[in-house]
Amino acid sequence: MTAQSNTSPLLAVRDLSICFDTRHGPLRAVDGITFDLAPGEILGMVGESGAGKSLTGTAITGLLERPGRIDRGEIRFEGQRIDNLPAEAMRRLRGRKIGAIFQDPLTSLNPLMTVGQQLIQTIRTHMNLSREAARRRAIEFLSEVGIPAPDARIDQYPHQFSGGMRQRVVIALALCAEPSLVIADEPTTALDVSIQAQILDLLKRMCREHGAAVILVTHDMGVIAETADRVAVMYSGRVVEIGPVEKVVRAPHHPYTKGLMQSIPRIGSNAERLTQIDGAMPRLTDLPEGCAFHPRCPRAFDACRAAKPAPVPVEGGAVACHLYQGEPA
Amino acid sequence: MTVASTSSTSASPSASPATSASGESLLSLRGLSKTFDLSPPLLNRMIERKGKSFLRAVDGLDIDIPRGTTFSLVGESGCGKSTVAKLVVGLHAATRGKIRFDGTDLTGLHASARGAYRQRIQMIFQDPYASLNPRWRVRDIIAEPLRSFSITSGRAEEQREVGRLLEMVGLSAQDGDKFPHQFSGGQRQRISIARAISSKPDFLVCDEPTSALDVSVQSQVLNLMRDLQAELGLTYLFISHDLAVVDFMSDYVGVMYLGRLVEAGPAQRIFEAPEHPYTRLLMDTVPDITMARRDRVPVTGEVPNPITPPPGCSFNPRCPLASDICRAQSPELVAREGGTRVACHAVTGADGSSGRPAGAAHSPGARARGVA
Repeated sequence: MTAQSNTSPLLAVRDLSICFDTRHGPLRAVDGITFDLAPGEILGMVGESGAGKSLTGTAITGLLERPGRIDRGEIRFEGQRIDNLPAEAMRRLRGRKIGAIFQDPLTSLNPLMTVGQQLIQTIRTHMNLSREAARRRAIEFLSEVGIPAPDARIDQYPHQFSGGMRQRVVIALALCAEPSLVIADEPTTALDVSIQAQILDLLKRMCREHGAAVILVTHDMGVIAETADRVAVMYSGRVVEIGPVEKVVRAPHHPYTKGLMQSIPRIGSNAERLTQIDGAMPRLTDLPEGCAFHPRCPRAFDACRAAKPAPVPVEGGAVACHLYQGEPA
Repeated sequence: MTVASTSSTSASPSASPATSASGESLLSLRGLSKTFDLSPPLLNRMIERKGKSFLRAVDGLDIDIPRGTTFSLVGESGCGKSTVAKLVVGLHAATRGKIRFDGTDLTGLHASARGAYRQRIQMIFQDPYASLNPRWRVRDIIAEPLRSFSITSGRAEEQREVGRLLEMVGLSAQDGDKFPHQFSGGQRQRISIARAISSKPDFLVCDEPTSALDVSVQSQVLNLMRDLQAELGLTYLFISHDLAVVDFMSDYVGVMYLGRLVEAGPAQRIFEAPEHPYTRLLMDTVPDITMARRDRVPVTGEVPNPITPPPGCSFNPRCPLASDICRAQSPELVAREGGTRVACHAVTGADGSSGRPAGAAHSPGARARGVA
């Protein structure tokens, strides 16, 4: 979908579809998404709740649970297929090569283990280090993520940390085995704005210093604009637009991205009304024929009601919209 | 942004809010405080030799909201903004201070006398999934206030009114037969709004009404709220942590930090020229979709534990302008040019002679400090 032929991608997702088997038949939550991720790159995935962005992240980490399953497509990590790996092989890959940061820092840490025990366990599971060396490394990481007095705080429990500090610990935990890919699913949504800026800055710096690529899943376009290199906009299980973040933010192509960008209130705009996209994202149980966005789209025409649009390359990215079908790339 | 009735509130920098706006403000809070007792049981305190501990969630708040305008409270979690909302609607009892609504002090009212005001003050909650009873049909949810305040007589009139309310918030009258789970988040919030306006209130307390919604739906709900305000002459107390949303909605803004107002005044003025270092910090941390400030340096530090706030100004550990006086003495709100009030030694100290503590004379309760 993207032109990145110069380097071999770290992660290649091809036509990935995720399906939930229910009593009323299968529901397709993610429908044929394709993208590449270069080493060290930060890819933002943005969309409304239910667009399939978190599920995509879950599938890449191999944590997809029944009744959800990958029913089509493949995920390649460093050239190797990982969507069909046995659970044990995937477990070894996860943490070592692929780290994960989740939304709620309170539930993603074990409340019965000290922060140090969790870090040391992770480090020793994935790296051949002695207990003392692992502890030294854990302290180093805590100080790197900006936790004051790390040699004292390493022996404290998660509840003794504030929300922002806990998310720092989670970042240390995700990066302590030096993974080359981190999936960050709404890492700052549970945090206050002033803490959010600190955590995003930290995430960016840590991943740059440790050479990790990031898939940043969020509903907040502001977070993407501040952090990501490229952005994939998802709607109803499909990537409707993907491209360099400044292109997508400043000059979006897809009518949904345009509406989304305009509906975000901005400070100092003195607007009397906000631009709104009428309606809501369709439920999986009654997806419309053709493009899933057409019932809300101001520019929908016959083709939109008939067929799902295929992605068309546009400057540095791609857009899946019938308006751009047949236009020169 | 309509700043219609601000002329008298912001006329002179020395005007205190009580004297200037008493004639026209629908809601006035004076020295409003709420303290929660978090002490362990007596026996534990004796064994552990600990004193009582208190959380001062709201501490001496002075606010005036003119009729037909929107006053927004902004701040981070734990700053007390939702506690203010609950105090105003009567879900918490105030520890100190007054809530004057249309001339009557609600804090002194007996529960039975307060009933009449419940009809006039309604609330919209944050989570439209939790605030609608899943076992009730939408028409019963909306009709409940109509029944309890005997607004309509007879079933036919009630159903007509429910249909009218549903259409008013952009749904159809037939939607009344459905259950909440058949609606999306944005539609549910429309139902909450229909319920809130069904008792014909003049004042709505909106506690983060769009925080649980997606952006494309958020703008629908915010537009609807502004349309209804213009149509019904509603007055809003709007609570949010999202500054861009607050800028869109508000005539007046109050910025809270650890239970106290640090800056308040006309929204336009505060967004154009924020004075308090905390307000400036908040403005600075708003993610910027224009990508103009991608490489800015984020502010350090976190909100301190509200049970053991730092001495002096509670913002001093994070404040770039903090000096000795900030660590010793808590600043009072001082009236500033442009109709705002700011509580900061660094901002008001330099030309401290020009302003005197605003509203101090009217809120002696707010001065009492040093709870054990």
